[in-house]
Amino acid sequence: MSDKLFEITTTPISVDEVSRRVSSPAVGAVVNFAGIVRGTNAGHQVHYLEYEAYPEMAEPMLAQIAEQVKARWPVEEVAIVHRVGRLEIGEISIVIAVASGHRQGAFEAGRYAIDRVKEIVPIWKKEYFEGGEVWIEGPEKPPPA
Amino acid sequence: MRGTVRLFASLREAAGRSKIEWELVEGATVEMLVAHLRTTLPGLDEQAGNTWIAVNRRYASLETALRDGDEVALFPPVSGG
Repeated sequence: MSDKLFEITTTPISVDEVSRRVSSPAVGAVVNFAGIVRGTNAGHQVHYLEYEAYPEMAEPMLAQIAEQVKARWPVEEVAIVHRVGRLEIGEISIVIAVASGHRQGAFEAGRYAIDRVKEIVPIWKKEYFEGGEVWIEGPEKPPPA
Repeated sequence: MRGTVRLFASLREAAGRSKIEWELVEGATVEMLVAHLRTTLPGLDEQAGNTWIAVNRRYASLETALRDGDEVALFPPVSGG
């Protein structure tokens, strides 16, 4: 088990465990977001996904997103853990835990964090389906240099 | 000057490798490196469409000037989450 707040991991993720990483006496609310591998995409059945990351760049970017979150909302701590490798349908691909003194802002902060992860963090997924496989591509534009 | 290139996802598959060493003249840019890679790794050319660039783990552009020891990364639009 790890106590890192920002982590790319090859092992299954537990929501409870990530949530504990952000707990402290100052915390009165933790909002958890879990991304789950969906069994369908655009009307077809998905067999499984393979995630790949550039961990040396992705982990610092997760920390950077958390800094932005803390600057905008009254948040005590943020943890973001993303799994890579082969993930079966129903498995957790990402957990974001946002801890704050009170509930205000924590939901919005979590929403912002997952949106930014999808937009800028160097992680990719390949979808395997009946008769084929395809890399999923996200936003069209890269973040400014 | 020399450095490394790292390729990910569809670009890694197209090139058939994840890491390449580069050697270029002083003053070279990412654009020159990419042009060089496309001649030596034809598979990359077909994936040219929308390539994102990072230098030393920060987003960069084709105009970015390279320095000795730089780690350049090329990859498709991200799709985590």
